[in-house]
Amino acid sequence: MVHFSSDGRPLPTPTPITAPYFEGLLERRLVLQRCPRHGYFFYPRGRCPVCLGDDWEWGELSGRGTVYSFTVDRAGHDPALASRIPFAIALVDLDEGPRLVGNMVDCDVGDITVGMAVEAAYEDVDDTTLLGFRPVG
Amino acid sequence: MGKRAAAIVGLTEWAPKRVWDEPMFTMEACARLAAEVLADAEVEKGEVDGLVINGLRESPMFAPSALAEFLGIRSNFNEVVDLGGATPAGMVWRAAAAIEVGICETVLVFTPSVPAPPQPGANGGPMKMKMGAYMGGEVWGSPQGQFEIPAGLVAATPSFAMAAQRYMAAYGVSEETLAKVAVDSRYNAQANPLAVFYGKPITIDDVMSSRYVADPLKLLEIVMPCYGGSAVLVTTAERAARGLHRPVYVSGYGEHLTHKSITYAPDIVDTPIRLAADRAFEMAGVTRDAVDMASMYDCYTITVLLTIEDAGFCPKGQGGRFIDEHSLRYDGDWPLNTHGGQLGMGQAGLGGGMSHITEAVRQVQGRAGERQVPDCNIAYANGTGGMLAEQVALILEGA
Repeated sequence: MVHFSSDGRPLPTPTPITAPYFEGLLERRLVLQRCPRHGYFFYPRGRCPVCLGDDWEWGELSGRGTVYSFTVDRAGHDPALASRIPFAIALVDLDEGPRLVGNMVDCDVGDITVGMAVEAAYEDVDDTTLLGFRPVG
Repeated sequence: MGKRAAAIVGLTEWAPKRVWDEPMFTMEACARLAAEVLADAEVEKGEVDGLVINGLRESPMFAPSALAEFLGIRSNFNEVVDLGGATPAGMVWRAAAAIEVGICETVLVFTPSVPAPPQPGANGGPMKMKMGAYMGGEVWGSPQGQFEIPAGLVAATPSFAMAAQRYMAAYGVSEETLAKVAVDSRYNAQANPLAVFYGKPITIDDVMSSRYVADPLKLLEIVMPCYGGSAVLVTTAERAARGLHRPVYVSGYGEHLTHKSITYAPDIVDTPIRLAADRAFEMAGVTRDAVDMASMYDCYTITVLLTIEDAGFCPKGQGGRFIDEHSLRYDGDWPLNTHGGQLGMGQAGLGGGMSHITEAVRQVQGRAGERQVPDCNIAYANGTGGMLAEQVALILEGA
């Protein structure tokens, strides 16, 4: 579910199971669930997507990873984000394993490459913190 | 030899249009499509005992029964298929399988996509526009609404653009090679009067100079959304043998999916097409070399490249070379999307995905006119749904 920020951006509406992840972002921490057999997984859910076990625990990750792929939205595919174009969307493989999505920040969209090393960046929008990534090194 | 239980015996297809002058309720569109496809096959309405749809705007619940009531059909097989662009291909094999197990004999398969008459007092408004790009991810509890939508990963183009970006980094295909897919498709559309781009050929330079929409995809590598509609009729081999046209057996099929959002695709450049196509070819007992024409879902140029590879027509990583070395034109050495594909014909909602099937049927039935592929007996047709997610492959063989 989404709701919209004061300036019209779509924001996540946390659920009981995803709330700890979003609470972590508010504290500038990246916390995901870790299955004792299959490691970290994303996105938060009640059971491990490999074994359906429910004996996972929350754990904090480094926030470091590499760009698996990316694109630059130059058309405003979401009309609510049209004022932000061009902006980059990246799929990032975290060092600990899971792949997730976020916007690239603190860089020129023309400088992003597949395989680029990145780290978590946290962007506050109203009372929500969004996870993004910035280049390192 | 593959399956010979069910065959496609008729089709109808409306020319895709950017603006639709004749708004219709979905049920009315289905009635018109039914009349047309039954006339095309010379089959009586009373013979129909199966309905396959994607949904019904006028009856979001109980959709098949609402349509049976509206059309006056006593139906033994009633299916709602929800596989995005792979829906039409998924509909066709479900109809064929239902016929094979003996639960029904003659099935109408509908893919209408037309606007409804304006609703008194209704205001679609900006919110409706906004939500369209979210494709259901806005509902409470949706992972997509919490993780993809806030990052701007909405609609389809950015997801396919990321597949193209990854592919280019991994295998080094050029943007010019991807552009050739759009150019050859548009060439084919010049032989299809139903195509939205009929009379409008393009060159590699045209594609290369069109604006970036989502890097590295450019405007002319992306389908044009249209209105339209189509339907096919599937029946038993026995009934098909008494039909007007050459029966087109649904001789092999496969389906595979793993994810909704592209974020969670196991590998965005090694798609679920592979397993769907392998199963379809194995079931049909047909080799890739035996295929006379291919109809590949082409929402974007990159989709065609990935499909050529993952459906097994060339090794992984060689799709660019394959496209460079072959003419994909109806009069070329490797006829592909001879109707122009969706890139050349326009994407009339689910009718876009159905166009790959209707064209394969036309070719095998020998009624493709100016763009007829000589001696066309075996066609490969597939559908790609969502974010390189839902995949359905069909082998269609003439009797």
